[in-house]
Amino acid sequence: MKFNILVNEGPYTHQASDSAYQFAKAAVNAGHEVIRVFFYHDGVYNANRLSAPSVDDRDVVNQWVRFADEYEIDLAVCVTASLKRGILSDQSALRYGKNVDNIEKKFQVAGVGYFIEGSIIADRTIVFGD
Amino acid sequence: MLHTVNKSSSEKSTLVSCLRLAADDADILLIEDAVYAAMTGTQTESIIQSALARYQIYVLEPDLECRGLDKSRLISGVKAVGYDGFVELSVKNSAVHSWL
Repeated sequence: MKFNILVNEGPYTHQASDSAYQFAKAAVNAGHEVIRVFFYHDGVYNANRLSAPSVDDRDVVNQWVRFADEYEIDLAVCVTASLKRGILSDQSALRYGKNVDNIEKKFQVAGVGYFIEGSIIADRTIVFGD
Repeated sequence: MLHTVNKSSSEKSTLVSCLRLAADDADILLIEDAVYAAMTGTQTESIIQSALARYQIYVLEPDLECRGLDKSRLISGVKAVGYDGFVELSVKNSAVHSWL
């Protein structure tokens, strides 16, 4: 079965990002396919490559990256939600005259339509948030 | 339909709304801070007990454990599941509604 996952909350805020990650892992372990994880609202902070948690804490951003690498999962952040929160791709940084970009490369920048498309393709859409 | 609730009813009214609006024979899964509602001796115990007549109610065991809540104190009839059970419930039901 194909799963589409939406994350609406940033890492280290409450628990949504961790719950989504644990769910996605359990889904692939059970032989299902997670076709896409879309990060919306404060969820876009999950793509911040400048995140530097202490060594005794989990690294949420890298967790997603490693998971996506291992299972070839598509990670996407909402373009509008990320721009206004200062989560910028290299192209956006250039366009808006910012001196740094901070989107982890594994995440692609997309519109909300991309999430909708994911829910059309997938058998189930599961939302995690606050 | 599977309904997930993730907040304590002391914080949000989503659990009460879910129990009022979910269709009969729905599956309800308590996750994150909603797991407190699965315990005996809480303010919501009677609501959950009467809801068990209409719904199958599940609670996410890892979220109980990380809050130090003992499974032996679960309201009778509430079933504890792991993330694998969460996945199974989402497969079994044709849609999943997250009460946020």
